[in-house]
Amino acid sequence: MTSSAMPPVSPVSEPQAATDAAPGTGPVGTLLTERPPVTATTGPMIAIDDVSKWYGDFQVLTNCTTSVTKGEVVVVCGPSGSGKSTLIKCVNALEPFQKGQITVDGTRVADKKTNLPKLRSRVGMVFQHFELFPHLSITDNLSLAQRKVLGRPKAEAEAKGLALLERVGLKAHAHKFPGQLSGGQQQRVAIARALAMNPIVMLFDEPTSALDPEMVGEVLDVMVELAREGMTMMVVTHEMGFARKVANRVIFMDKGEIVEDAQKEEFFGSPRSERAQTFLSRILSH
Amino acid sequence: MGLGLAMFSNFDFSVILNSWRYLFFDGMAFTLTLTALAAIGGVVLGTLIAMMRLSGLPVLPQVAKAYVNFMRSLPLVLVIFWFYFLVPYIGQWIIGSERPIQVGAFSSSLITFTLFEAAYFSEIMRAGIQSIPKGQSAAASALGLTYWQSMGSIILPQAFRNMLPVLLTQTIVLFQDTSLVYVLSITDFLGAASKIAQRDGRLVEMYVFAAIVYFAICFIASLLVRRLQRRVAIIR
Repeated sequence: MTSSAMPPVSPVSEPQAATDAAPGTGPVGTLLTERPPVTATTGPMIAIDDVSKWYGDFQVLTNCTTSVTKGEVVVVCGPSGSGKSTLIKCVNALEPFQKGQITVDGTRVADKKTNLPKLRSRVGMVFQHFELFPHLSITDNLSLAQRKVLGRPKAEAEAKGLALLERVGLKAHAHKFPGQLSGGQQQRVAIARALAMNPIVMLFDEPTSALDPEMVGEVLDVMVELAREGMTMMVVTHEMGFARKVANRVIFMDKGEIVEDAQKEEFFGSPRSERAQTFLSRILSH
Repeated sequence: MGLGLAMFSNFDFSVILNSWRYLFFDGMAFTLTLTALAAIGGVVLGTLIAMMRLSGLPVLPQVAKAYVNFMRSLPLVLVIFWFYFLVPYIGQWIIGSERPIQVGAFSSSLITFTLFEAAYFSEIMRAGIQSIPKGQSAAASALGLTYWQSMGSIILPQAFRNMLPVLLTQTIVLFQDTSLVYVLSITDFLGAASKIAQRDGRLVEMYVFAAIVYFAICFIASLLVRRLQRRVAIIR
């Protein structure tokens, strides 16, 4: 590590062991029971090229360019309002953008001819507020999209859902409703729900921001496990401990721009931009 | 004066005992059938109108809004009349037949109530759909569900459950409003009571009885709705 203006950062608290049967202890011990489906291209899994977006006159994204290759874990961080959530939502076209190009596995997301539901079914997404369907049981939450979108038979979809539920340590809660689970449990179900679709890439939009501190660990554990198994991941988060542990690259955004896009070691060791340095010192100082 | 005395001096409630079969099996059966069918039709059509209004597509929201405002600006009796007397001619004009098409009082009133109530139900369903957090449809989309799948499996079931008490309360209002079909000389519950009252000269007895029956049904229904309200709430 070269000398830098930044003081050496102390390790952020490691994700603590989950209280409720540690994830990843299932019979296979993995979250990905099968290899992610074969991808269409050999190019980057996600390519974001010169993307700009406006809300009316207000520009929320300015000429963002980056890419995520297969098996890579990319953490996107930055102060609130910096456009990181907006950017990740552009990847599966939950947010439209006015300029630039995003391709996922070679498919242009903003192309009118693109079959969006099909594309989205291959891109898993985990939300800040979990967004489980409160009127459906956990089992139905996990199997609904498998049946409706992928056309899997009911028994197969439920078995797949249950297997994933076991791997996130929540098998005993299958019959319950989302409102009966804690935030951390709900978010683990949400991850399992996304994985049930056999996604080629997973997007995480501040997955731990809405959680009580003691529940952050159990969700991060699942994500760490997933990263170790080779899932391609784009993660918007403030959890620098997670970034340090599993990220390959870190993207730092501020005011709608990608200010820094660097390998993890480089980012934590010697961020080039002043804004990233300030951000890091603020977020790591306590 | 003499007539008034003859009518009010001695109440005779045996008229109810003699006519209850007719009142309930003819009159009330019609009222309940009309209420149920119009409520179902109104909720289905109202939901579609609400979806049109929230669709964000060109033209459709304006059409839906205009429809709702138009229906809500007209007195129900007028709409009932209008449909009954004008629809046969409109039908004739559309299919180009020589005579006005026969619609019939029941079909006419059912269509009228469905179209009229749809305007009110659509406002309830619109509020219900808007009450579902945006993240729910985002999550459904992110899983690859289409708009219709998302509506059918995620948004509408929740909206419907949230709004069920309000929808049922509106249905109670509809139940009362169906009595307006008397203008078409249909034998609904009030129509039946009215016919007996005039045939037997027992106006007070019959109208008091009709009022009690309407009150009892609506009051009990309201109590049940309130009880239901506590049970259907979705835990978030």
